[in-house]
Amino acid sequence: MTRVLAILYALLLYGFIFLPVAVLVLFSFQGTLFPIPPFNGPSLRWYAAVLGDARLTSGLANSIVVALVTSAIATLLGFLSAWGFARFHLPASAVLRGLITLPLTVSYLIIGMGLLIFFNWIGIPKSLLAAGIGHVVINLPLCFAIIYSQMGDHQATIERAARDLGASELKVLVLVTAPMMWPALFASFFLSMTFSWDEFVISFLLTRFETTLPVEIWNLLRAGLNPKTNAVGALVFGISIILAIIFELVAFRKRPQ
Amino acid sequence: MSQASTSRIGWASVTPALLWTLVFFVVPFVAMAVMSLTQKEGGFSLAAYAQFFQNPSYWRALVNSLEVTLIVTALSVILAYPFAWILAFIVPERWQRLALMLAVLPFWTSYVVRSYSWLLVLAEKGVVNSTLVNLGLLSEPVQIANTRAATVIGFVHFFVMLLTLTIFANLKQLSPNYRKAATDLGASGFQTFIHVILPLTLPGIMVGAFLTFVLAIGDYITPQILGGNNELLMPQLIMMQIGRRGDFASASALSLILMAVVTLAYLACARWLKIERA
Repeated sequence: MTRVLAILYALLLYGFIFLPVAVLVLFSFQGTLFPIPPFNGPSLRWYAAVLGDARLTSGLANSIVVALVTSAIATLLGFLSAWGFARFHLPASAVLRGLITLPLTVSYLIIGMGLLIFFNWIGIPKSLLAAGIGHVVINLPLCFAIIYSQMGDHQATIERAARDLGASELKVLVLVTAPMMWPALFASFFLSMTFSWDEFVISFLLTRFETTLPVEIWNLLRAGLNPKTNAVGALVFGISIILAIIFELVAFRKRPQ
Repeated sequence: MSQASTSRIGWASVTPALLWTLVFFVVPFVAMAVMSLTQKEGGFSLAAYAQFFQNPSYWRALVNSLEVTLIVTALSVILAYPFAWILAFIVPERWQRLALMLAVLPFWTSYVVRSYSWLLVLAEKGVVNSTLVNLGLLSEPVQIANTRAATVIGFVHFFVMLLTLTIFANLKQLSPNYRKAATDLGASGFQTFIHVILPLTLPGIMVGAFLTFVLAIGDYITPQILGGNNELLMPQLIMMQIGRRGDFASASALSLILMAVVTLAYLACARWLKIERA
């Protein structure tokens, strides 16, 4: 009896969790003008409309570029600082580490607004560059925290061995430390990518003409319910799932034995 | 290698990250704080804060935000706990990973799209209304979209997933011996839950609930898309100050007030929040 109730409850929750995305995908194949019942399809006309929409495709391209570049910068800065704090005795280390992780405690809206005001003052115009700077701000603490937590003592020993054998500090970092830290670096980069890919408020506040996909989707919403929005949403869903599968395969399946 | 050159390398490696945080986070934050205390024409002024305390509609936004966030947090915990329990203890071990992955799957859409999807479901002629009318359960569609209920549903959807993950992790960390011992001592399943499992998982629940509170109260997307403008929450009010009115002083002041509220909430439940470090 309890078991039956439990299964029923779990199914109900799965239903609740899947309902919106199922409706989204189903009505992206709608043949008529509105993504509401009854369903007339399947039709690919809205996918064609999305691919023919220059704003959406450029938004997609911008999102990919911003995600890649900002994640690379955040991972690099995070890696360097994590290594520095883990390997050298720096004064006020705890305070400085706290400073780097501080942005984690502040909402994106506030980070975005602070940057908007600051950029206004120093004359940096609204642009993808401005939004990208914001994306590094939100992702750097995350990368730092992930990589710093994975900096163990056994790696320090290997680095020392390399140094004793005559490797320069730069060589140690690039040829020894980075390959050892590969899983943490990959996890940081990937997580940054997903946050940047999905980020809305900062991009909304800091871009104007050229913007990212979430902002372009937001602009589409002004037209109300529209199967084209469903089609973009379903495409984003598809791309994200593919990324997630790649992450699964790279991060979990290829564990060194 | 000399001591001086080692520490020079150390500093060189941490400086870029520190500078980035300083220039693009700390300085903008200070700029925002200064802005909140500045009049449009320049010069010090508390007007932006006074406006908040004097204007009832501004107050109302904060009260709305607190109400919605508390309802969302409570509902999400209540719905997620049994779900996490079922996934942890009733679903066979080898299916658990798949079950969790399934539960997270729909959240791989973008956040904006997910809110829009709920709009599709809840709209006047959307799936829920048309199904209920066709079944004869409703004589005419009910308005759910653009109400507080829609905002709450959209939020709960997201946070049930998040809390299921955190509570599941908590339940799995418990040694099965606790349950065995309680059963051996004659406790019923319900007694075991109330007296043993629930107290042991409470710290984890509090962390999850606090996270829910913080993320929900600062979110602009869900209330704007689903709740509409009939009733404003704080982030909507803040964005309105920037967008329609270009009033940065007011937007900054409201943001700092919202941050202060979150900080107070943190202090209020700090003793339950033991965020452990690995």
